[in-house]
Amino acid sequence: MSVWEYAPAPESRDLANLRPNYRPFVDGEFVDGGGDPLTSLNPATEEPLAEVGTASESDVDAAVRAARRAFEQVWGPMPGAERAKYLFRIARLLQERARELAVLETLDNGKPIKESRDSDVPTAAAHFFYHAGWADKLDYAGYGPDPQPLGVAGQIIPWNFPLLMLAWKIAPALATGNTVVLKPAETTPLSALVFAEICQQAGLPAGVVNIVPGAGDVGSLLVRHPGIDKIAFTGSTAVGKEIQHAVAGTPKRLTLELGGKAANVVFDDAPLDQAVEGIVGGIFFNQGHVCCAGSRLLVQESVAEELLGKLRARVSTLRLGDPLDKNTDIGAINSAEQLAKIRELTASGEDEGAERWTSPCELPERGFYFAPTVLSGVEQSMRVAREEIFGPVLSVLTFRTPDEAVTKANNTPYGLSAGLWTEKGSRILWLADRMRAGVVWANTFNRFDPAAPFGGYQESGFGREGGRTGLEAYLHV
Amino acid sequence: MATASSPAVLADATRDETSLSRFLHGLPGVDQVGVEARAASLGTRSIKKAAKLWAIDTAISMVDLTTLEGADTRGKVRSLAAKARRPDPDRPDTPPVAAVCVYPDMAATAVEALQGTGIGVASVATAFPSGRSSREVKLTDVRLAVEAGAAEVDMVIDRGAFLEGRYGHVFDEIRAVKQACGDAHLKVILETGELATYDNVRRASWLGLLAGGDFIKTSTGKVSPAATLPVTHVMLQAVRDWYDATGELRGVKPAGGIRSTKDALRYLVAVHEVAGEEWLTPELFRFGASSLLGDLVLQRRTQHDGHYSGPDYVAVD
Amino acid sequence: MSDRVSVAKTYKLYIDGKFPRSESGRTYPVTDAEGGFLANASHASRKDVRDAVSAARKAFGGWSGATAYNRGQVLYRVAEVLEGRREQFAAEVAACEGVPTADAMCTVDAAVDRWVWYAGWTDKIASVLGAANPVAGPYFSFTVPEPTGVVGVLAPQSSSLLGLVSVLAPVVATGCTAVVVSSADRPLPAITLSEVLATSDVPGGVVNVLTGRADELGPWLASHADVNAIDPTGASAESRVDIAQQASGTVKRVLTVPGDEPDWTRRPDISRLRRYLEAKTVWHPKGT
Repeated sequence: MSVWEYAPAPESRDLANLRPNYRPFVDGEFVDGGGDPLTSLNPATEEPLAEVGTASESDVDAAVRAARRAFEQVWGPMPGAERAKYLFRIARLLQERARELAVLETLDNGKPIKESRDSDVPTAAAHFFYHAGWADKLDYAGYGPDPQPLGVAGQIIPWNFPLLMLAWKIAPALATGNTVVLKPAETTPLSALVFAEICQQAGLPAGVVNIVPGAGDVGSLLVRHPGIDKIAFTGSTAVGKEIQHAVAGTPKRLTLELGGKAANVVFDDAPLDQAVEGIVGGIFFNQGHVCCAGSRLLVQESVAEELLGKLRARVSTLRLGDPLDKNTDIGAINSAEQLAKIRELTASGEDEGAERWTSPCELPERGFYFAPTVLSGVEQSMRVAREEIFGPVLSVLTFRTPDEAVTKANNTPYGLSAGLWTEKGSRILWLADRMRAGVVWANTFNRFDPAAPFGGYQESGFGREGGRTGLEAYLHV
Repeated sequence: MATASSPAVLADATRDETSLSRFLHGLPGVDQVGVEARAASLGTRSIKKAAKLWAIDTAISMVDLTTLEGADTRGKVRSLAAKARRPDPDRPDTPPVAAVCVYPDMAATAVEALQGTGIGVASVATAFPSGRSSREVKLTDVRLAVEAGAAEVDMVIDRGAFLEGRYGHVFDEIRAVKQACGDAHLKVILETGELATYDNVRRASWLGLLAGGDFIKTSTGKVSPAATLPVTHVMLQAVRDWYDATGELRGVKPAGGIRSTKDALRYLVAVHEVAGEEWLTPELFRFGASSLLGDLVLQRRTQHDGHYSGPDYVAVD
Repeated sequence: MSDRVSVAKTYKLYIDGKFPRSESGRTYPVTDAEGGFLANASHASRKDVRDAVSAARKAFGGWSGATAYNRGQVLYRVAEVLEGRREQFAAEVAACEGVPTADAMCTVDAAVDRWVWYAGWTDKIASVLGAANPVAGPYFSFTVPEPTGVVGVLAPQSSSLLGLVSVLAPVVATGCTAVVVSSADRPLPAITLSEVLATSDVPGGVVNVLTGRADELGPWLASHADVNAIDPTGASAESRVDIAQQASGTVKRVLTVPGDEPDWTRRPDISRLRRYLEAKTVWHPKGT
């Protein structure tokens, strides 16, 4: 018992304006989906949140047709300056409804309210603001004069940042003049359907944005639909490969943002306390459900013991529990399936000889939770150093020299992100050059901004989201 | 440089000026953006209900109620002492503050006014606030305070010497002051606003701890910026690291600019989560403040009464 | 006095800076447009693909790590040596493609100019595609393009030199290394280009040239886990689908290319350069 227990400080669940039913959004209207409805659970309590209608093949078809019509008749011909104003409106509406969306996101996803409130929702709004400004400036984006949109984009997003990933997908697509059919993740469809309502409130022309909830089968319908010009997918590398295989030989354009097994490399001259913060944020932010999570800590042997001591002390202060509580640092794992996967992989790490340390925090009786865990003595050959765990589990490895750090960091088929911690400027630049990763965070971690391109090398996917570079994914260039 | 009585594990650090300099510059750097982000993020903790009441009472008990004005009079010091004893006369269960902090020539008045209350008298000394005088004058200043009955001495370090890299000089001065303090507790004011960087704050913190300071304190209150959350984070981390290295508990005192209960709660959260709950005691954490107490009392009433209170219901001084 | 008998050249593969025969020992006859015998070309096998990929990977660190200025100079040197062999290239292009020597000479000139155009890009493309990102926080964030790695290039079947140069030069200009499968029926200019590369400061392994069938070797390149990108230009329509599917196994970048060979004399743009570059975004806090 601590001398100072923080009293529960839950954000009100009522703010989410939760409704018993949510429906697909096609051609500007909410429709009864022809698919089997799914029930979205609150992973923090395992209780059902709402029933969500899903799209059938004919719904997907209708959505694609609506998107095509909107592209050809309204959105495509519309001057960029006018498109921009719709995006600005959406950005403002997201801000106005930020609190509602944050609570809804936390209920549906299990992430701590402080993250949905301070990160997911404001960054989603920022993406619309940023891209709104591009809509009438595409001539200056470096792709030659008057670059043309691709047409209808089919977009499939994951459950880890439901609204933010939607923004990453929809904002650039719309800014460049495309229309979209988006499938939110099966376990987190709610914020996307509230976003659909925001599109209505913004007066967005019908068909420009269509939301088709469902499981992988709906995604597959999008991927195979002949009326779609472009597929943008964020999710696992396994599914990304299937999609790439499916669109092979078709005229569809494709961008993929897939998994990662990022190294967070700490040298003995690092700002250690901030490195500890970066390591903790890198792997425990969003319960580790982050494709660019710093899941492999590579620490220089000379400072390994000191760093691990500080790290464990810091991890012990993380507060796990009710995601709606404003003081919660670690929320719920998104699904039973994901929890099982995390447990299995962590156990494999122990079996292979890693030393497991788990934060002594208590787990709630109900809901899907996994205590922050640090596996030390991990070797590159172990599964926990190679496979994406996508959970709050850090694998700790050591190195002796900068060359060894680079070799180990790059020893993975993934290449999404990397972290570097050293106070020596020239070493940072030397290392940044050598990291085979699309994003390199030096003396910081997990920074995101709509102005900064994000995306991976190798099996972490191709294409970028954000910045001038990100526009390429939706233009004929 | 005087030989140190530092714990054995750190004996090498203070062997001579070169060792000291090497030690301080060998401390891990502090990344400004990182520490500020961490402080801001901890600043969003939501402290409610029983946790808030506990925190308010704890914060009150940690206040070094301070008056350090050229216009200070014995009358002013007496009325401050009265408030220190009973911060909220209507609510006798309100805890008293930790200490009253005054200039050395007011120490005797404060001691007299607080006789038998258990509330300490802290006196600033060493040519406060600039510290720009001879060592002789500074030590005389300390003796004046101690002889007047001050149980705590808040000294200022020689920032000029620190910025010149003459760490041995600063170290020796702190040791000499510590000696002059006798049984009085020594708080070492780093004046972080003049040290400018977090790296310097960390080095000065360790310097103060190595030289025997019982507390390290952010500021005089006469320089802007005075206490800030991230600076206090760095100092709390230093006493935590000191504890991990030596097993000794040392204290931290942010001073200057902390005016609201909201601010105070953020500091307590930092104490709790950066240093650890052992530090949640007036023995190891103080607020150097003058107007903070009024707001703590106001918010305490709000918590107890269930409605908002007003400044007319709280004594001004 | 009898006429001098010319010394005929044995056309071989170009792997890791050397000119080996195919490990398979196979060759196939190359004929001119009228069906006259020109030479026997090595018929590269999947094991030659394997050797070429490992040479390209080995060379990648050095080539991508060289300064852009240095790469530009090396590539310009290639153009200089190409220019010196205009007659030879023109003769081979004329023979392979069945065009008059004058036309072939124009093609060779265009190829040299194309190479020069790309050589000049090495130290400019980063400033055109890179950026300082105005992020909302105290961070310096910049984005730089970096070469994606080893690129498998199935060179055009018709345009034996200009087409080849148009698809190969952008690969090496970005700092990538290449495994090229030349035009199957018109491989001679590709082999001669290899000789140019071998004698003009391009480090061994940066470009590897295989003569053989794109449809046979393409899938091996596409499924090879150590290849990062593939240009299917020289493959047949059916084979392109197979190649794209194979490429998905390791999430390779597959170039979108037109169904038929484009007019290679058209002015190029930077889209091919862009395809072989990865945007890398680096962040660092700004503080004291």
